[in-house]
Amino acid sequence: MPAPVLSYKDIRVSFATEFGDVDAVKGVSFEVMPGEVVAVVGESGSGKSVTSSTAMGLLPESASVQGEVLLEGRNVLKMSTAELRRLRGSDISMVFQEPMTALNPVLRVSDQLVEALQVHEVAFGGKALEKSIELLERVGIPEARTKIRQYPHQFSGGQRQRIVIAMAIACGPKVIIADEPTTALDVTVQAEILDLLRELKQELNTGILLITHNMGVVADMADRVVVMLNGEVVETGPVAKILGHPEHPYTRRLLAAMPLLREAGDPSLEREQEQERVRVTERAARETSHRAAAGMSSGAASPAPAALEAKDVALEYKFRRKATRVVHDLNFTVQPGEIMGLVGESGSGKSTVAKAVLGLLDVAEGELRVRGENMPALPSKQKKALKREIGVVFQDPAASLDPRFPIGDIITEPMVVHKEGDKDSRMARARELLDAVRLPSSVLNRYPHELSGGQRQRISIARALTLNPTLLIADEPTSALDVSVQAAVLELFSELQQHYGFACLFVSHDLAVVDSLAHKVLVMQNGRTVEQGTTDQVLRHAKESYTQQLLAAAPVPNPETQARRRTERQRLLAALG
Amino acid sequence: MTRYIIRRLLQFIPVILISTLIVYALVFAIPGDPIRALAGDRPMSDAVRETLREQYNLDDPFLIQYFKYIWGIVTALDFGSTFNGRPVTDIIQQRLPVTATLALVTLVIQTLMGIIAGILAALYRDRFFDRFVQVSTVAMVALPTLVIGFLLQLIFGLNLGWFPIAGVNNGVSSYILPALTMAAVSTGILARLVRSELLDSLKSDYVRTATAKGMKRSRVITRHGLRNSLIPAVTFIGADLASMLGGSIIVETIFNLPGLGQQVFASIQGQEGTVVVGIVTLFVLFFVVINLIVDLLYGLLDPRIRYE
Repeated sequence: MPAPVLSYKDIRVSFATEFGDVDAVKGVSFEVMPGEVVAVVGESGSGKSVTSSTAMGLLPESASVQGEVLLEGRNVLKMSTAELRRLRGSDISMVFQEPMTALNPVLRVSDQLVEALQVHEVAFGGKALEKSIELLERVGIPEARTKIRQYPHQFSGGQRQRIVIAMAIACGPKVIIADEPTTALDVTVQAEILDLLRELKQELNTGILLITHNMGVVADMADRVVVMLNGEVVETGPVAKILGHPEHPYTRRLLAAMPLLREAGDPSLEREQEQERVRVTERAARETSHRAAAGMSSGAASPAPAALEAKDVALEYKFRRKATRVVHDLNFTVQPGEIMGLVGESGSGKSTVAKAVLGLLDVAEGELRVRGENMPALPSKQKKALKREIGVVFQDPAASLDPRFPIGDIITEPMVVHKEGDKDSRMARARELLDAVRLPSSVLNRYPHELSGGQRQRISIARALTLNPTLLIADEPTSALDVSVQAAVLELFSELQQHYGFACLFVSHDLAVVDSLAHKVLVMQNGRTVEQGTTDQVLRHAKESYTQQLLAAAPVPNPETQARRRTERQRLLAALG
Repeated sequence: MTRYIIRRLLQFIPVILISTLIVYALVFAIPGDPIRALAGDRPMSDAVRETLREQYNLDDPFLIQYFKYIWGIVTALDFGSTFNGRPVTDIIQQRLPVTATLALVTLVIQTLMGIIAGILAALYRDRFFDRFVQVSTVAMVALPTLVIGFLLQLIFGLNLGWFPIAGVNNGVSSYILPALTMAAVSTGILARLVRSELLDSLKSDYVRTATAKGMKRSRVITRHGLRNSLIPAVTFIGADLASMLGGSIIVETIFNLPGLGQQVFASIQGQEGTVVVGIVTLFVLFFVVINLIVDLLYGLLDPRIRYE
């Protein structure tokens, strides 16, 4: 049996804070073999990043570490600064989460790569530059010879992550610690980066310590899995066992919380489709009776107005009188009580659409009808009245709640803005909404920072519902949350939607989340509509190749299925050329 | 880039026109008769006074005076002359080198001291040197320039005898004490600015990447940390260099340096509008040029900034 390349033995880390010592890691042990991928999974605060950084000596000064980290038998924790420095980047290297900030913005890529080689005396000068170009070519940067002279901001997020990986493999490391290497990336880019890491691992026989919260990524990459919770390892084993037959209740909970992108034939689908049929028929019946009540013959024009309707909408951003069109010919309808998922990768224009519906961006062309009225064309007074009908939930609950407002004021502010109710009725409404989002009314006088991320997002949802809107805009409402928290928030969201019956434009990059929630889906790419239809049509019987690529790239938390999906994806990409 | 510079240069025209107009109006608004002030206690015949007033357009309405002044500059590069008949350009030529030297020495002192102190304070955060910088910068900012000037004269000029305390007859060493006086406040602010910017930058992801590469801490700081934290410092130094001309009025008076600051002060007292406007216009021009240079420096420091 080969010796492990990296092993953690009873690692304990505590941080000195002004409120005394805090134990972040409480006795963690595991090993990484050469050429093996070990995934450490856990939610925020589980200590997974802290544990792995001990191998690089990258923890802040306030941390004290006990135990042993053996890199090929040598204890890293006992090393002097100089020894540790020789180790970093040569024997063990790191790939970080944020490719946008991991590279120095003011230095050329060539300088940053050459530097990595020169520090460890692998190559110097012209030779180092040649080697750097080879590295860039290896990680799949086209035209590496000319591109290497550019600055990081001239590359896309995925390319930057490739550059970071090039840097990490520059000196032929024995182990690479990849800390959420694809979390900040689009799903198709994520699949490419994971492919690259897999190839490099096989080529260099490097051990990879993969830190992630995404079970799909685990299924795609890992040989073995370490599950962490509150600084302790709760379960460890081969990937098939952990994902297939988890023993620890926390692992089970974590897996159950993962939103699933279901494939055609999934048993849960039939039930849902039945419900959907009922919903559509009921709506049709309601409309007919509506019309009958209004004394109109059925079949004649003027059905109940859609909650939101876009007709040939074009949107543009203006900078110094130069307009850049970012959304073209957008057409869609969201009926009352319907959830439409707006899906796309970064730069697709999906958030821009949400912005326009909220009236934060002028519509360059076309009509944007809210309950039948073209909102952008209305005089400002009527526009304001119509805006009452639109609620909004943003991505980051920490940033979208005013830190100096108590929760009660946050929830009632829409009523204040629209001069509705008095002090008492507003507070009563706030209590009612807190109850609806299942928070105790005692949080009324608290401030956002006193609540957890999930609780804050519940507050955001409560605020969005204050005026009982007919339309809710949700822009990536769960992307900043942990999986288990996301599951709870999504469930709540779904219940609230059924209870209040609002229509919803649900913007998301996560196909699985959209699958669990939306009635229909619109896929965008580069500002254009690729495909739209019912959730089942788009996510399980996609016609367009871009939608197929998106679907194929989303990893599922089952190693066997994922392996099959990977080959299918590669076949699809090969077929597309 | 060239187009950007040309556009910025064109913007100078309205800035200079408006600022000269304001200065002209202020001098015009000073009560009293400049010609009478010129004569002092000596009697002056009405005829002489009338001639002088006419010669300097003092009887025209304000806007006409201003227009004649600008017209003179544009058509004949005539910046006017003092009541003694000395051309303003002459005065500027004579006095500019003194103020320029003072500003340059000040700039060197405050940039070096401020940046070095800031870096060291950031590196030895919460240790003795950091605390020392923090406390001494508060003291520097709190003390009036006048007091700092007199203290420096007393200690380094009179007691230790290292530097001359007044005049400009000893080359660069004459400028050391005045420059230190001028630099005192800005050095303190600059040190604090560099300290906090560098601390921020040391927390950034790319510094972590550089550390993870196995680079020495000193290299990480100089190569990756420092350059990113210098942009705010450059902004500050630019703005400060421009405001130095204001500071020079006090400092040149304390140390008796025959520079532009001293001249402006004297000319305001003598209500010699043309001299005041001439020198202030020069200051304004200098200010906008410095600003342009600072903006161009951003582009050098940060490749993400592009000019169109």
